[in-house]
Amino acid sequence: MFADYSMPELMSIFAMQGFAGLSLFSIFVLMALGLAIIFGQMGVINMAHGEFMILGAYTTYLTAQVFESVMPGLYGGYFFVAMILAFVVTFALGALVEWLMIRHLYHRPLDTLLATWGLSLILQQTYRSVFGAREVGVSLPDWMMGSIAVTDLVEIPINGLFVMVLSLLIAFAVYLLMFRSGWGRQVRAVVQNRPMAEAVGIDSGRVDRVTFALGCGIAGVAGSAFTMIGSTGPTSGQLYIVDTFLVVVFGGAQSLLGTIASAFTISQAQSTMEFFLSGSMAKVLTLLFVVGILMLRPQGLFALKVRR
Amino acid sequence: MKANLFFEWLKSREGIYYLLLALLLVVVFPLALDSFRLNMVGKYLTYAFAALGLVLCWGRSGILSLGQGIFFGLGGYCMAMFLKLEASSPENTAIQSTPGIPDFMDWNQLTALPWFWEPFHSFSFTLIAVLAVPALLAFIIAVAMFKRRVGGVYFAIITQAIAAILTILIIGQQGFTGGVNGITDLRTLMGWDIRTDEAKTLLYFVCVGMLFVCLIVGAWVMRSKLGRILLAMRDQEDRVRFSGYDVASFKIFVFCLAAMFAGIGGAMFTLQVGFMSPSFVGIVPSIEMVILCAVGGRNSLLGAIYGALIVNAAKTFFSESFPELWLYGLGVLFIAVVLAFPDGLAGLYRRYVMPLESKLPAMLRRSASTAPTLPVEEAK
Repeated sequence: MFADYSMPELMSIFAMQGFAGLSLFSIFVLMALGLAIIFGQMGVINMAHGEFMILGAYTTYLTAQVFESVMPGLYGGYFFVAMILAFVVTFALGALVEWLMIRHLYHRPLDTLLATWGLSLILQQTYRSVFGAREVGVSLPDWMMGSIAVTDLVEIPINGLFVMVLSLLIAFAVYLLMFRSGWGRQVRAVVQNRPMAEAVGIDSGRVDRVTFALGCGIAGVAGSAFTMIGSTGPTSGQLYIVDTFLVVVFGGAQSLLGTIASAFTISQAQSTMEFFLSGSMAKVLTLLFVVGILMLRPQGLFALKVRR
Repeated sequence: MKANLFFEWLKSREGIYYLLLALLLVVVFPLALDSFRLNMVGKYLTYAFAALGLVLCWGRSGILSLGQGIFFGLGGYCMAMFLKLEASSPENTAIQSTPGIPDFMDWNQLTALPWFWEPFHSFSFTLIAVLAVPALLAFIIAVAMFKRRVGGVYFAIITQAIAAILTILIIGQQGFTGGVNGITDLRTLMGWDIRTDEAKTLLYFVCVGMLFVCLIVGAWVMRSKLGRILLAMRDQEDRVRFSGYDVASFKIFVFCLAAMFAGIGGAMFTLQVGFMSPSFVGIVPSIEMVILCAVGGRNSLLGAIYGALIVNAAKTFFSESFPELWLYGLGVLFIAVVLAFPDGLAGLYRRYVMPLESKLPAMLRRSASTAPTLPVEEAK
C-alpha cells in the first residue's frame, strides 16, 4: 500500500495523520485515565464511563449556554468554569453511584459490568429525554479558533492542541495524586492488600468511594474537553467505551504510563491506517492487532509486578 | 430398562418442569397465539439458545462471555448466505449486470461470487457451517485465552472487543456481507417458501425441537461429572488444577459448546425472521443475551428459556407502547438482577414457590374433592 507514494510524500502523510490522530489520542487518554483508576486500582468495570464523560460534556454545554445569554463578555473564559463544574457534577454522581451500587459488588467484578451497563442505559435515555436525540455542540471562544501552520503541509488546529495539552496536564496531575500524595498511597495500599490497609487504620470504604468518584470526575473533565473537538449526543460515550477498555487493558491496567503509551499507539495506528485503507478497515485492523497482542501478552504492555 | 428410567425421570420433579415447558411451547402457545405472534415467540426462543449457552459458560463455569452475539451472528449469517444464494438464482436476478450473484454484490460492483460464498450453495455444508464456524472461532479465541490463563474480566472485555470488530467488519465490507442492511430478501429453503404462515408455524416447531435438543445436551453436561468439574472450577479454579485436571481444556470445551448453541439459535433466527443483519451481532445484543440468562437465573437452563421469553416479550410490549420507558426498564432490570436477585427467576422460584410445592400433595389430600391443579409455569 506504500508503493504508490514517494518517500517525502509518505513522510508528510505520516506527519499529517499523526497530528490528526492526536485528537483521538487526547480522548483516549482522558477517558482511559478515569477508567485506569477505576478498573486498574479497584477492579471495577465501569461500562457507564462513557456516559459520565457525556455528562461532563452536557454540563459544559449548559455552562456555555448560560455564559452566552447572561455574560457574553466573559465567554472566553467559560471553559474553565465549565471544566470545574463538570468535575464537580460527575464526581458527585460517581460518589452516589458507588454508595448505591458499586460498594455491594466489589467481590463480584463481572456483576459490576452488568450493573454499570444498566446504569449506562438509564443515563443514555435520561440524556435523550432531557437534551433530545440530536447532537449538541458549543461554539468555541475566539482564542481557540484557528490553527498554527508548522510547515506548508501540516497545520495544527489550536483547539486540538489545547485539548492535548490539557489531557497531558491531567495525566500529570493524576500521576502526582496517585504516586506522590498521601491519599494516593492509601489507595495503592488498599489495592495491594485490603485487610492490611484496614489494619493500619485506612478507612477502605471511604478510599473506595473517593477513588471511584475521582475516576468519574476525570471522565467529566474529559467530557468537557470532548466538546472542544466534537459534538455531544446521548450515545457519543458508548462509541468509545470498548476502545478505551482496550487502551487500558493493552497498557497494563495498573500503569499510568502504560495507559498513555497504549492510547498513543492505538490512536496513531488507527489514524495512519485510515489514510491508506477505509476508516472501518483501519479500525478493524487496529483492534485485531491489539486483541492479538493481548492474547500473546495478557498482562498488557507495562505490567505492574505485585506479589499476590 | 432405559425407557423405564426415562419415565421415572419424567415423574420426578425435574421431569415435570421439562414437561410443563414442552406443554407451554408445543401446545399452549400454538393454540393461544396467532401466526404473527407465534413467529415472534419463535424469534424470542432463538435468543434462548444463546442464553442456554451462557448458563453453561457463565453460570456453571464462571466464564462471562460478552460474545454470544458473535456466534449467534455467525450461525445466522451462514444460514442467510445459503438462503440468499438460493434466492439469487440467475432467473431471479436477470436484471442485474451480473446475474446469479446476490443483489447487494451487484450494487457494490462485484462481478463474481467471492470464494467463501461458493460452498454455501450446498445445504449440507451450510448445516455443518452453522455449527462449525462459531465453534471454530470460539475454539481459536478460547485456546489463545485460556491456555494463558486469562479469565474473568479480561476475557469479557476481549470477547466484547471481538464482537465490535466483527460488526465493524460486516458493516465495512458491504460488497461481501450486505453491509449495515445485512442479508435481506430471503425466500426459499430448498424450494420451500419460508415466508408463508404455514412455513413459519412449522419452523417454530423445528425451533422448539432444536431448543429441546440443546436443553437436553445442556442438562446432560450439567449432571455429568464434567458439569461438576466445571462447577468446582468456577468456585476454586486452583484446587481443580492442583487436583490434576487440565482446567483450560474444560473451559475451551464449554465455551465452544455455548458458541454452537448460539450458532444454532442464529440459524433458526434467520429462518424464522427472514433476514440477518449486523445489529444482531455486536456489543449491545451480546450483552442483552447475558441479561436474558441473568433474569432467568444464571444457573438454571429452564430459567434461561423463561428469561428469554419474558424479557423479549417485555421488550416488544414496551417498544410498541412506551418506547421511552424501555431503556429505563432494561437498565433497572440489569441493576436489579445483579443487586437484588442474582439467581434470577429460578432463584426466586426455588426460594418461594418450591416450599409451597412440597406442601401441595398434603393440601390436595385434604381437599380431595376439588380438582388437582398443578402450577402452570415453573418460573413465572
